[in-house]
Amino acid sequence: MEAMKNARSQTLALLVDNEAGVLSQIARLFSRKGYNIDAFAAGPTENPGVTRITIDVVADEPHTELLCNQLRKLYPVHSVKWLNTDNSLYRELMLIKVRAESGERRNDIIQLANIFRANIVDVSIDTLTLGITGDEEKISGLINIMKEFDILEIARTGVVAIERGNATINDKSKESGEFSYGKNVL
Amino acid sequence: MILTGAEILMECLIEQEVDAVFGYPGGTILNVYDALVSYRDRIKHYLTAHEQGASHAADGYARSTGKVGVAFSTSGPGATNLTTGVATAYMDSSPVVFISCNVSDNLIGKDSFQEVDSTGIMLPITKCTFQITDVNRLADTVRRAFAIARSGRPGPVFIDILKNVTAETAEYEFIPRSEHKEAGVLKAIYDRNMVDYYVPEIDEEDIDKLVEMIGESERPMLICGGGVVRGRAHKEFNDFVRLVDAPAAITVMGGGGMNGRDSHTTGMIGMHGSQASNIGVNECDLLIAVGCRFSDRVALDPESFAAQAKIVHIDIDRSEINKNVKTDHHIVGDAKEVLRRLNEKLSPQSHPEWMDFVFSHPTETVYEDGGDTLNPKQICDTIAKLVPEDTIVATDVGQHQMWAIQHFHFDYPGQLITSGGFGTMGFGLGAAIGASAGNPDKTVIHIAGDGSFRMNCNELSTVQYYGIPVITFIFNNHTLGMVRQWQNLIYKKNFSETTLDRGPDFVKLAEAYGLNGRRVSSQEELAKVIEEALEKKEGYVIDCLIDMDEMVRPMVGGGSHITNFMKI
Repeated sequence: MEAMKNARSQTLALLVDNEAGVLSQIARLFSRKGYNIDAFAAGPTENPGVTRITIDVVADEPHTELLCNQLRKLYPVHSVKWLNTDNSLYRELMLIKVRAESGERRNDIIQLANIFRANIVDVSIDTLTLGITGDEEKISGLINIMKEFDILEIARTGVVAIERGNATINDKSKESGEFSYGKNVL
Repeated sequence: MILTGAEILMECLIEQEVDAVFGYPGGTILNVYDALVSYRDRIKHYLTAHEQGASHAADGYARSTGKVGVAFSTSGPGATNLTTGVATAYMDSSPVVFISCNVSDNLIGKDSFQEVDSTGIMLPITKCTFQITDVNRLADTVRRAFAIARSGRPGPVFIDILKNVTAETAEYEFIPRSEHKEAGVLKAIYDRNMVDYYVPEIDEEDIDKLVEMIGESERPMLICGGGVVRGRAHKEFNDFVRLVDAPAAITVMGGGGMNGRDSHTTGMIGMHGSQASNIGVNECDLLIAVGCRFSDRVALDPESFAAQAKIVHIDIDRSEINKNVKTDHHIVGDAKEVLRRLNEKLSPQSHPEWMDFVFSHPTETVYEDGGDTLNPKQICDTIAKLVPEDTIVATDVGQHQMWAIQHFHFDYPGQLITSGGFGTMGFGLGAAIGASAGNPDKTVIHIAGDGSFRMNCNELSTVQYYGIPVITFIFNNHTLGMVRQWQNLIYKKNFSETTLDRGPDFVKLAEAYGLNGRRVSSQEELAKVIEEALEKKEGYVIDCLIDMDEMVRPMVGGGSHITNFMKI
């Protein structure tokens, strides 16, 4: 892949058929084009036949456009939205386990967790597990603070995102129609 | 009625009006071949020498007839042997359904004998892949696969059926193709599509804008791409060329998309394009490309390609727009429909000076007489003079391919069958077999190089057994000519591993397969053999000796500016 000067993290939201092999088909497209997926979150939607995937990838804008176009072409893909940071909401869930062997340490961690509005979801005699929901900034903020303690394990869901206001991923446009041309096969 | 999976598959092929299948049996697909026997009167099966041959034959059948081709293979090596043919069909948007069987569900995932993840392998080289694990879903999935293969931008679809599914039984009801959208899962998909996909009419404003642009243009230029061929839009394109009164260049895949003898065509464009085509594209002020994806063999340097021009792209696949070359306007739609609407709205234009300028440059290459040996143009001319005008030409890949496309004239879609995108050496013989099977009343010739022919010449046994009257012309220069040409021009004549100073003797090889083999070194000899072959209507292999250092001219280096012709 050619070096990209203006590469930054881009978030794509996809609606795809809920069928075997579709996720690997999507993931393969990224690897074929030489991109590493930073985060990949998939889950069911209001329609049981359709899965929503949110993907974080580092790329510049022209290459992201190209990726979106290649994704839209795939038969099981219903729609692709390249989310704009200014008018989208991003959330991620993280579970983080830290060592807390003394009462003093435990108190410090709980106080910091409160500042981040993180929850204590589990406790043992020498560890604490926190749960936190938020955007990338908040999550990495908590991780940075917890580095002062002893982080034992981190589990993150990967970011999910949705547009603000009344815009949805299903909005029809001339362009989305053009991409669907020929996909209505019968 | 209750049928086995194998019988349901056969019935589904009949629903799709499939009359020919190319394939090779094996352990997991035995049930299918068992059922095939009772369908022999309706579905003709061609047993090839190798699954790759079957894959190219199904592709050649599809390209020449416009129908969906079908190939069968067994699991494991059967499926992997198909892959080159699948990728070839994918790159050239050819509608083929490849059907393979896999091991039974109690063996799958256990590295069983001849087991491979064939759907995983096919994923990147097909429009869609299906693995069928439930006999009740078999019929609908096959119907869906055919629909996907032929719809929109056509392409290959791969179906993997587990062996136990082919033996199990299910209720099956024959549904004619025209009623598929009202049936079963297909109805569900159709309904979903109606909701999820907004399928546009071709945008009238886009058409009007292009009509306006054509009106304003003084130096318009057209490119006829593979989409014109796949869309069978040749009549519309011919009318369009006449209305715009513009020179029209033809890509390798576009051969047959317009009348090859038309006074408006400048011949091939790109790396081995004519001077008229390449200079025309460079000098025009409006470039309209129909069904062409501006590959690196056409838009060699995308930045400087048609730099003076407004570029308009007409394509059925939206993801091709702005992929390789930045465009100024596009229309997404089927070439036939878009051109028909454009033709309705266009008033006849006239550009005599511009036409004179473009056609002051050569549209064909002149080759000098070769003395003792034949030269490529002499071979092409002799063939063209003697074979019927509607002869189907299947080629392999290399110099002979370029010579054939430069010198033959193709007048209708499906007349030229060549591996343009994937550049698959060894494609031609299988493709010619498929084309002949689909067009039994047409003459089919196969243009090969000695390198390409050696790759899949095993299919001569198929030619012989089924009495397929394919005439193979080998442009025999005893070298991998195109690679040698690059070594000659770019690698300082360091001819590494390209000289084919070795067997086989192609004449004896043909005879060993029970076919007619001839070697010729003059136009007179060649003419005599062609007449003989046309009269006998049998498979022929004609070994035409040409010079080792003959080159394809003109040539523009990869990535260079399109008029930067090499001095050859």
